[in-house]
Amino acid sequence: MRFILRRLGFYLIAFWASITLNFLLPRFMPGDPVSRMFARSQDRMQPEQIEALRKLLGVDDRPLWEQYIGYITNIFTGQMGVSISRFPTPVTEVISSQIGWTLLLGGTALVIAAVVGNLLGVLAAWRRGGAVDSALPPLLVFIGSFPYFWLAMGALYLFGVVLNWFPIRHAFTAGLEPGFTWEFIGDVGAHLVLPALTIVLVSIGGWMLGMRNTMIATNSEDYITMAEAKGLRPGRIMLRYAARNAMLPSVTSFGMGLGFVVGGALLTEVVFAYPGVGYQLLNAVQGLDYPLMQGLFLTITAAVLLANFLVDILYVRLDPRVRSN
Amino acid sequence: MTTAILQQSGTTAGKTPAARKPNRSFVHGIITNKKALAGMAVMLVFIALALLAPVLFPGDPSRITAMASLEPSAEHWLGTTAKGQDVLALTVHGSRSSLFVGLTVGFASTFIGILVGLASAYFGKFIDEALSLVTNVFLLLPGLPLLVILAAFLPPGLGTVILVLVVTGWAGSARVLRSQALSIRSKDFVAAAVVSGERAGRIMFREILPNMASIVMGTLLACVIYGIGAQAGLEFLGLGDASTVSWGNNLFWAGNEGALLTGSWWVFVPSGVCIALVAFALALINYAVDEVTNPRLRKIKTPKDTERSTSK
Repeated sequence: MRFILRRLGFYLIAFWASITLNFLLPRFMPGDPVSRMFARSQDRMQPEQIEALRKLLGVDDRPLWEQYIGYITNIFTGQMGVSISRFPTPVTEVISSQIGWTLLLGGTALVIAAVVGNLLGVLAAWRRGGAVDSALPPLLVFIGSFPYFWLAMGALYLFGVVLNWFPIRHAFTAGLEPGFTWEFIGDVGAHLVLPALTIVLVSIGGWMLGMRNTMIATNSEDYITMAEAKGLRPGRIMLRYAARNAMLPSVTSFGMGLGFVVGGALLTEVVFAYPGVGYQLLNAVQGLDYPLMQGLFLTITAAVLLANFLVDILYVRLDPRVRSN
Repeated sequence: MTTAILQQSGTTAGKTPAARKPNRSFVHGIITNKKALAGMAVMLVFIALALLAPVLFPGDPSRITAMASLEPSAEHWLGTTAKGQDVLALTVHGSRSSLFVGLTVGFASTFIGILVGLASAYFGKFIDEALSLVTNVFLLLPGLPLLVILAAFLPPGLGTVILVLVVTGWAGSARVLRSQALSIRSKDFVAAAVVSGERAGRIMFREILPNMASIVMGTLLACVIYGIGAQAGLEFLGLGDASTVSWGNNLFWAGNEGALLTGSWWVFVPSGVCIALVAFALALINYAVDEVTNPRLRKIKTPKDTERSTSK
């Protein structure tokens, strides 16, 4: 319990830090980006909306600490202003319409990469110097060396443009009515294949190598020798004795990986024009939509922190050593 | 490239008599390691290209010299872009900015990592708590969105790119270096140095730091890889310094001018392959450092493994 509370305190501090960063950035940046934004879009907005945005982004005359308190109050009551590029939709509405796609894409890719990567790592460590061990790691490291967006564009070109196997942009075919119909689900699945596959391809190497290296250490433990001496089947020793104990670092990486899901899928979403939060974040940056930018960054951070906290709770269940401390 | 590596790692499993000799030095281990040699050879080629770029391709590489979208030919080895620029010249000149930013970011983040890690480990207590907290917060904040947000608010330019990459990149190295420094901090010779009244700076940099040289080296390589990749990513998103010629900007323009949709693969392939080769070469050196310093990862069949495979 103490461990959980400590972690919770840490995540609160981390969240506070990102709020503060968000608060300070528009106020202390040279060149006054906010005024530029207002100059571009002033005539479309109501006077009271401009007033609210000015307060949110720090173009007002109140003392700094008063602005700061007001800012934090706004964040926790969900008042993040209205989006400029999608005027007059509130920022919270824009984000909630898109976070689902990011979670779908990132979640699918993460689960596949983690499961397959860990299994490969187990096999590689179990048969050291075997086919899996000597062929796959260099190959995966080599693939992982390519810039991610480059691979994604290559896949898009090859499978989308040349071979025309998969759709090349968006999350579902335009004009299709969203709903729980087989047609729609199949369509979403087809749009998911390429983006998810490219993420799996570049991230699987890390999972595999991490698992392999932990597993090599686990394999030299006494209880493995003991299990062999008892005459247990090799498959049982590999999965129930060695792999199970080597899993722990992978659980931590899974938490980190969740961060990649929400944040790192940005490049994927941009290449495939997938309508998630990352794609929207880049659009917001290009459209000088500062309220949306801030809202997205805070949402992404909150999601990452929450995911890590859940993994911490899971960790306590899995590792009794954490509980006893 | 790939097949060469595969063959090499396949064969090292059996015949590495040098690897079994105990007490060999780190330098000797590195220069006899095939991975390290392959990696260093590739790096040397790229560094030479970067230095010789103005001699090989004099003048501004982004000027228009030929017809648009020419296929690779004897005159333009890698063809031309949709604007009519020579792709080879762009690629060779691009190595300058990419390597420069990568190395600068790598050295700067490793340097901050060393300072934070050593201070954490040496002073302990409150300072360690505070520094670890800051490090962990930076590790946890999602890197790419933070990168995008920072780049959006700061004025565009090469300095911004470097600053932003260091801000998001230092925490990883700090964490690794702190844990290594902590384990050395608890060794007897450090206690002896403290008792004999050596100054804090001397203990940190003359007693602890030299003993973690290999980890520092690994961290540095990882940071350089991060720097090169992240710079390319930022520039690809259009958030870099658009006025420089670099691999990331080449890819940005290739994407912007629809190189792939029109089938001009030769505009798109070279810069990506260069980034991959550099990153792979650095990763190879990194693995070699790991193998030399961590005997467990060396490609030797332990008696236990042979036993197990014969018993099956």
